[in-house]
Amino acid sequence: MKTKFATMAVAAVMAAAPAMADLVFPSLSYRTGPYAAGGIPFADGYADYFTLLNERDGGIGGVPTRLLECETGYNTEKGVECYESTKGEGALVYQPLSTGITYQLIPKTTADNIPMHTMGYGRTSAANGKVFSHTFNYPGSYWNGASGAVNYLLAENGGDLKGHKIALIYHNSAYGKEPIRTLEELQKKHGFELSLMPVDHPGQEQKSQWLQIRREKPDTVLMWGWGVMNQVAIQEAANIRFPMENFIGIWWSGAEHDVLSAGAKANGYKALTFHNVGRDFPVFDDIQKHVVDTGKAAGAGDQIGNVLYNRGMYAAMLAAEAAKTAQEIHGTADINAGQMRDGMEALSITEEKMAALGMPNFGPSFDVSCENHGGPGLVGVTQWDADSQTWSLISEFAETDQEVIGALIAEDSNAYASENNIEMGCK
Amino acid sequence: MFYREAGDFKKTYSADNQTFPIKIDRVGYYLALIVAFLVIPFVINDYWANAILLPFLIYSIAAIGLNILVGYCGQVSLGTGGFMAVGAYACYKLMTSFPDVNIFFHVLLSGGITGMVCVIFGLPSLRIKGFYLAVATLAAQFFLVWLFNRVPWFYNNSASGQINAPERMVFGVPVTGPNTEAWATYLFCLVFLVLSALIARNLTRGMAGRKWMAIRDMDIAAEIIGVNPLKAKISAFAVSGFFVGISGALFFALYLGAVEVGEAFGITKSFLVLFMIIIGGLGSIFGSFAGAAFLVLLPVVLKVVGVDMLGWPTDIVAHLQLVIVGGLIIMFLILEPHGLAQLWRVAKQKLRLWPFPH
Repeated sequence: MKTKFATMAVAAVMAAAPAMADLVFPSLSYRTGPYAAGGIPFADGYADYFTLLNERDGGIGGVPTRLLECETGYNTEKGVECYESTKGEGALVYQPLSTGITYQLIPKTTADNIPMHTMGYGRTSAANGKVFSHTFNYPGSYWNGASGAVNYLLAENGGDLKGHKIALIYHNSAYGKEPIRTLEELQKKHGFELSLMPVDHPGQEQKSQWLQIRREKPDTVLMWGWGVMNQVAIQEAANIRFPMENFIGIWWSGAEHDVLSAGAKANGYKALTFHNVGRDFPVFDDIQKHVVDTGKAAGAGDQIGNVLYNRGMYAAMLAAEAAKTAQEIHGTADINAGQMRDGMEALSITEEKMAALGMPNFGPSFDVSCENHGGPGLVGVTQWDADSQTWSLISEFAETDQEVIGALIAEDSNAYASENNIEMGCK
Repeated sequence: MFYREAGDFKKTYSADNQTFPIKIDRVGYYLALIVAFLVIPFVINDYWANAILLPFLIYSIAAIGLNILVGYCGQVSLGTGGFMAVGAYACYKLMTSFPDVNIFFHVLLSGGITGMVCVIFGLPSLRIKGFYLAVATLAAQFFLVWLFNRVPWFYNNSASGQINAPERMVFGVPVTGPNTEAWATYLFCLVFLVLSALIARNLTRGMAGRKWMAIRDMDIAAEIIGVNPLKAKISAFAVSGFFVGISGALFFALYLGAVEVGEAFGITKSFLVLFMIIIGGLGSIFGSFAGAAFLVLLPVVLKVVGVDMLGWPTDIVAHLQLVIVGGLIIMFLILEPHGLAQLWRVAKQKLRLWPFPH
């Protein structure tokens, strides 16, 4: 009897032991400040996808996920505080959604052996996995964006951009300055004229820049804006009657809240993207059923299907898939941050996988490797229809100029490696 | 009963003039130093260092610097963020140009460079006063941020305009860069803070400080009794700039590691440091510490209570923090214009008489 009891006790302990820690995904979000309009839908999408995984599948590989939300206000000091307060909880991957915080966390995450995923923002040369072992920016970067915009213009103008005038209106920060070098290289290659117009944080003051645009009459205006700057720019463009179809924003300047305030005048505005838009995907039925109807939606729950909501959801999906990959590689369901990094490096996204997740044709298929953390860099173009108030994809996801971008990535990442005495990995 | 000067006999003039004439104050001061130098480094972790102690130490230095200018000399300045940026960029340029020189000297030199820049922007103070001077220093704020954004030489032509602190050692221990230990960065900043506070305290109770206070209280009267306003004002700007520059250099090199000038050293930084000395107490070294501690700790405490313990949404807590800080500033301006330092002084006065106040 006694032995039986002891066996039972042991069995109970054994059974209880795998009820282990959960998979922690910190969300360094910003729901306040001048960039909240973009931060809220992204954070909601990121949170809702993990809630969906918990409700529908019981987590990832049987382990529930836990989202740690920390408000950064797009501010680097608060970003540091958030990073330090969440990393001790077993954070698997950081997605700060701020280029400034990214720059700060690149060396820190590498030293702490935690991966960071900066999807379509951050330091572009982090695509070189030999130098940036813990930073990933698949499936596309700003330089892909810059090149994608130029390729789109080439296609529109019969393959010739000689004498074409392009104005870049950008947020005067690390984020906005990222595409300049690529555009300057492409300028040499294709012979267009480039003029640069910085807008200072937070971006409400743009009268002089648009006056300059009115005077110089560029054929195309590109925009690297974020937060309140986008709305103001689109309104100003409408005020000077700049033709909206010649105004192209980066993927951070192309969401519903950016164009709605300008009303019908914003019709035809274009923005780049690296994932699909709209809510015609089966995954939204699951979100409605498991997240919204059960009252577990993040935030106010009014952002579902918005461009940035989709992007947050896409980021969460890629993180969850990387966690699954890591679980397979290491044969354990309860992975740590180092194992998560291996999973991200071995991540393979295929059309079948996305279709199985209810997101067919949502983004490109790609494989991450030790050398290439940047993915394929395919860029599509979306256009705003003010009548139906929807974004629609008007081009295929097209290749970008990897020759120019590859050379720039090698140059910038090697400079970083020599500055910081980093040995090349991936041998 | 316990807190009084009775029975504490001073036999020399210097003993009579020491910073802490009351024994219990002295004991407390040495105790604080012992805890700061010998206890905290052994128990500190990354979270405490990077989220609470480093910002507290660095903002304290900045607050001491600004307090000398605004609190002691009465010259209102809104350029603190810009001057901190000068310290940070000077430190970055020195670190990358002379990698073999110890970071300790780089930080000191950055302070010196900022002092000189501060003097240049302080020259208008000889002709204009009050609000008009505040506007002139505001111009310094915007000009300096614009300059560091505009001229690529300051950020070594990096594509993004960011500056990143490379790894530097002190006695073979890294204090900047990603591989630092919490105790090393903490001690490095602590040394600077203690030195700054000692220098500031002794400057303000000596000849220089009395001149500054004379200028603050009534500049014409000061001039009549023989205080040279040129020297007094310019020296206040120089000393203030020196401390603010040191804090900017530490802020960039040790605390953040990577800085973008518009975001890290914008006008909000100037106001933050100004609020610190207003809440802490104008014209008081202790007030600089108290104000920095208050404004660094308040958001952290609110976050821990609101988000971690009560489970409120993060955005509500962030908005609540703005409301509370704003409310507190108004409250302090109405109820106690001399800040936390005055509360402390009143408490000490009461303690001296306690328990027999009559």
